[in-house]
Amino acid sequence: MWQALHEELAPLGLVVLTVAIDRSLDDPRPFVEAAGATHPSLVDTEHRVADLYNMVNVPTVVWIDEEGRIVRPQDVHYVSNEMSSITRFHNRKPLVALRSWARGESPAYPGDVAADTKVPDDTHQEARAAFAVAWWLSQQGRTEAAERWFARAGELAPHDFTIRRGSMPIRGIDPAGPAFFQMVGDWASKGNSYYLPLPDTATSADDYEVEPVEEMTMERLRQRIEQDGKGGDAATAQ
Amino acid sequence: MTTWTVIDEQRVHTVTTTGDTLVVDPALLGWDRKPEGLCRDEVCIPVPAGTPAGGLDAALLARLVGRPLVIDGDEQVAAFAAPAAERAAALRSGMAPDFELPDVHGVLHRLSDFRGKKVVLYAYASW
Repeated sequence: MWQALHEELAPLGLVVLTVAIDRSLDDPRPFVEAAGATHPSLVDTEHRVADLYNMVNVPTVVWIDEEGRIVRPQDVHYVSNEMSSITRFHNRKPLVALRSWARGESPAYPGDVAADTKVPDDTHQEARAAFAVAWWLSQQGRTEAAERWFARAGELAPHDFTIRRGSMPIRGIDPAGPAFFQMVGDWASKGNSYYLPLPDTATSADDYEVEPVEEMTMERLRQRIEQDGKGGDAATAQ
Repeated sequence: MTTWTVIDEQRVHTVTTTGDTLVVDPALLGWDRKPEGLCRDEVCIPVPAGTPAGGLDAALLARLVGRPLVIDGDEQVAAFAAPAAERAAALRSGMAPDFELPDVHGVLHRLSDFRGKKVVLYAYASW
């Protein structure tokens, strides 16, 4: 779906730049090739962008203007509605806002971008260091030592799912399986949210009335993951 | 002689030490050791009196320059993260931090290559 948006908005001077936070160039390549993506499709195996932009989950979008300024705080953005009945995110308002900004018809964000930008603390940065050690150890085949540091990173930054979920496939854990649902359930039971959407385009009931979505059942989702061999929204995102 | 792997943000270095502890040349992290202390640009941070010349114990260096650090002595690997304050200042400045990454075919791209256009930076994952 990003490819279609890229084609639609490129004449207005907008570039879609996707970044897969993944283990290797091979992870996202099938999705990128299947979509015939003509926009740059980058891969961040070292979590560089996650670190620089303080991203804690995917999918996350950042809008940057012609001068290189961040004009809207990072936001969760499912570009497709295929998973909407599970994620509870509807793309209607985010896409209206994106098109309007691309055309120069409205500002990117109604609030104070700097004030609403979440920044890390040093414990979170320590978690990123722990993840870096874990990932390096894992690449050396030192699995047990890597596991200790992956666990430590998750303890230090329990809100960072690029670490907690992103490390699952490296650790041999199904990132769309029971361990994932238990992790999200535990997190929610402590009063936390898995995603923190910006309020101005957050999904509301009227989105589903204006643009109904097809039900995605857990059963259908499981079948699709089995077919694709992968979960998440990587396929629909392209 | 012990060979350590030292990760500075996402850059990987090899450091050889003679003792049991990790001693790091401050230059690895962009700091020069001068008589007045550890210096970078116009800033100098005093080093405690009596600290041996040359490289510094990694934990001391991390504390002095404010870098979060993890060390695995058994595996001889350590990582220095960027200070949270540095990340916060960069993000709150409003400028999008630049980076260079490969695309799925291995071709490198920089964010700043796209200056002059609006950019939608979209992070996702196959997980």
